Amino acid sequence: MPTLSSASSKTSARRGRTAPELVFGDLWPFDPAPETADPKLKARYDLFIDGKFVAPKSGKYFDSINPANERKLARIALAGPSDVDAACRAARRAFEKVWGPMPGRERAKYLFRIARLLQDRAREFAVAETLDGGKPIKESRDFDVPMTAAHFFYHAGWADKLEYVAPGRQVAPLGVVAQVIPWNFPLLMLAWKIAPALAMGNCVVLKPAETTSITCLKLAEIFQDAGLPPGVVNFVTGAGETGAALMSHPIPAKIAFTGSTAVGKTILRALAGTDKRMTMELGGKAANIVFDDAPLDQAVEGIVNGIFFNQGHVCCAGSRLLVHEPVTEAVLARLKHRIRQLKVGDPLDKNTDIGAINSREQLKKIRTLVASGVREGATLYQPDGILPAKGFYFRPTLFSEVTMSHRIAREEIFGPVLSILTFRTVDEAIEKANNTAFGLSAGVWTDKGSRILKMSTELKAGVVWANTYNKFDPASPFGGYKESGFGREGGRQGLLDYVILKP
Amino acid sequence: MNRLPITKTPKIYVGGAFIRSESARVFPIRDAAGNFLANIPQCSRKDLRNAVEAAAKAGPGWAKRTAYNRGQILYRLAEMLEARAGEMSGAILMGNGAATPSSPSGPRRRRRGSLGASQEVAAAVDRLIYYAGWADKYEQVLGNVNPVAAPYFNFTVTEPMGVVGVLAPEDSPLLALVSLLAPVIVSGNTVVALASGSQPYPAIVFGEMLATSDLPGGVVNLLTGFRQELLPTFATHAHVRAIVAVANPAERKALALGAAESVKRTRLLKTEEPFDWAAEAAQGLYAIRDTLESKTTWHPIGA
Repeated sequence: MPTLSSASSKTSARRGRTAPELVFGDLWPFDPAPETADPKLKARYDLFIDGKFVAPKSGKYFDSINPANERKLARIALAGPSDVDAACRAARRAFEKVWGPMPGRERAKYLFRIARLLQDRAREFAVAETLDGGKPIKESRDFDVPMTAAHFFYHAGWADKLEYVAPGRQVAPLGVVAQVIPWNFPLLMLAWKIAPALAMGNCVVLKPAETTSITCLKLAEIFQDAGLPPGVVNFVTGAGETGAALMSHPIPAKIAFTGSTAVGKTILRALAGTDKRMTMELGGKAANIVFDDAPLDQAVEGIVNGIFFNQGHVCCAGSRLLVHEPVTEAVLARLKHRIRQLKVGDPLDKNTDIGAINSREQLKKIRTLVASGVREGATLYQPDGILPAKGFYFRPTLFSEVTMSHRIAREEIFGPVLSILTFRTVDEAIEKANNTAFGLSAGVWTDKGSRILKMSTELKAGVVWANTYNKFDPASPFGGYKESGFGREGGRQGLLDYVILKP
Repeated sequence: MNRLPITKTPKIYVGGAFIRSESARVFPIRDAAGNFLANIPQCSRKDLRNAVEAAAKAGPGWAKRTAYNRGQILYRLAEMLEARAGEMSGAILMGNGAATPSSPSGPRRRRRGSLGASQEVAAAVDRLIYYAGWADKYEQVLGNVNPVAAPYFNFTVTEPMGVVGVLAPEDSPLLALVSLLAPVIVSGNTVVALASGSQPYPAIVFGEMLATSDLPGGVVNLLTGFRQELLPTFATHAHVRAIVAVANPAERKALALGAAESVKRTRLLKTEEPFDWAAEAAQGLYAIRDTLESKTTWHPIGA
C-alpha cells in the first residue's frame, strides 16, 4: 500500500520541509512505452553535394552509433579536403547562377516547403534524432523537430522583405557561408544556421557533428523532395579535420560556428587576418537565480528543466543555481524530491525524462568534472535507480555547498549536473552571476517585477529568462556576451549576421 | 622687447585628469619647417592598462545615465568644439609635421587630403551633433518585441559592451578620431583611444574640450604614442571588450589574434582602402550597433 508522509504547514515548507507525498516505492513501476515509428534509416549515408548524394573521394566511412545501446546505426561518409572543395564550388555556382539572382519571394517558397515537408515526416525524424543523439523521444518529438520546422517557416517569410532587415541601409547576401554545428540539437542547430542564411540569399556548406550526422542527411532528402536547386545547401560529414578544411577554404565569405569556447578560440585564431565574417555561439555557465519571494514549485520545475533538459547538453543550461539563503533548504529539499521522480533510461521510451549521454567521450568528461566536485568539497546528491547496462547514462546530479572557485562552478560540464550556490543580497547575486568568462544566458525567479527588470539589466548575458527557463523561438534572438561568442541567431537581429550592409 | 609666449605642455587625458606618461617618455612634434613645437607623451603599456582601469570604473555610471542625458552631453561636446574651432584648426595645422617611428628623420609634410583644417573641425562638430541625436533613438530602431509562439512577453534591447579600444588612423587626426569615438560612447561604452601617431596634437586639444563638456572623467581616455608599442596590449587586454580600429593587414591580424583569447569583438577598417571621413557614409546607426550587445528577456504572461 502507498503511504502518506506527514503533512506540514505552508511556512515550514518554505523552510525546507517538503509537502506531503505519496510514497509508492517499487509498487507500480512504469511499463515500457517505446515509440515505434520507423525512422527509415539507410545503412550508409553519403555526402550531399550539388543536390546529389555522393561517395567521398577517399572512399572512407565511419560508424555512427546509438548512444543508448552502443549499437551501430549507419556508416557515414568521411569528407576530405577535395570533397569540401567540391561542396564549396557547388555552393558558389548555385549562388552565382540560381539562388543569388532568384527573387526573394521564390526563395521564400522553398523554405516554406521545407518546413511543411518536415512537419509531414515529423515522427520519423523525431525517432531518428533520438536514435542518433540519445535525447528522450518526448523532447525530439515535442521540441527539436517542431522547432526546426518553425525556424524554416519563420525565416521563409523574411526572404522577400530584405529592405526591412536593416533600416536605412540596403542589404545584400554574403555569398557562400560555411557552418559547423554541434551534436546537442542536430536538426535545430542546422535550422538556426541554414534558414536565415538561405532567406538572406546565401548558399551553404554545413558540417554536422560526427556523432550526429544522420538527421542532417535525412533532411537532405527533404531538400531534394522540395526541389531546392542543387548546390544551395551542401553537407559534408566528418570530424574536426573536415571542419578545419571547410573553415579555411577560400570560398566561404563567412563562418558560423556553434560549439565549445575552446574550439571557437582556435577558429578565431586560425582565421585572424582574413576578411571572413564570423558568428560564434560558444559555451555557457548560466546562473539561475532564485529569490525568496519566488513561487518555489514553479521555480523548481524551471530549475529542473534548466539543467536536465536534453541531459544538460545545452549551452545555455542553468548549470549554476544561485539560491537566496532564506529558501535554500526548501529549494534543495524540493529539488531532491523532484529529481527522484525523473526517469533515466531508454531515450525511445515516451516516459523517459533523461536519455543517453551523447558519447562515451562526453560521459567521461562529465565523470571527471563530477569527481572534481567531490574532491573539492561540494556535497553530491544523486537519486537511486537502475541504469541500463549498455549505453552511456548519467544520473541527475545535484552539488550543494559549491563555491565560486570550484571547477564545477566555473567550467561548462555539458551534462545533467547542477551546482548550487547561495547568496544573501541582490548585489551578491549579480556579482556571483556575472563572475564568469561566459555570458550566454541567465534565469531569475522572483515575484517582484521591478527586481526582474533590474536583474535583467544587470546580468551580462544575451538571454535572460525571468520566471521561466530554456525557452526558444525563431523570432527570439539567441547568442552570448563575452566568451560565449558574438552574433545572434533568430529574430531580426540574427538576419544581420547573414548580410552585407551596402553604403 | 617681444614677450616670450607661454607654450602649453601636451598631456594625455586619462580618468578626467591631464597627466604625463608614467614612463616619462616623450617624442617631439615639429612644424613643417622642422622647428620644434612641443613634446608629446609617449605612452607605455602601463599607461594603457591604467587607462583601461579608468574606463572600466567610469563605465557603469556612464551606461546608467539616461539616453537623453548622454545625448545632451555629446551636444555639449560639440558646443565646446565649435566655440574653440579656431584653436582646433591651429592644432591640426600645427601638428602637421610630427616625427614618428615611421619617419624618424622628423619633419615632413603630411597629406592633408581635400579637407582644410577648419572644414575638418566643422565636420567633426557635425558628426558629434549627428550622434548626439541618436542617443535616445537607436534603441527604438535596433531593439524590438518578438512575437514568440507561446504566452511570453519577449523583448530584445541593446546594451553597451563596456570598455572599447579605439585606434585612430594617421590622417584626419580630429575627424577620424571623433567619427570612431562618438558612436561608441553614445550608447554608454567607455573608450581608451590611441591618437594618430604622426599628428597627435589635435587629440591633446580635444582632451581639453572633453574635460569641459560634462562628459564624466574616464568615459574617454586619450593616449598618444607609438602604435606598434601599444597595439599588442590593446589586442590582448581582457577588460577591453571590443576594438574599433583603422589598421593595416599586419595590425589587423595581430588585433584579431589577440582578440581571440577573450573573444573580443572587432570593427576593423582598412588603411589600404581610401576612406572619406567627411562623407555621409562615414557615420551611421550601424557604427553604433558595432559596439552593442543585444539582450533578449522572456517573461510569462499570466496571472
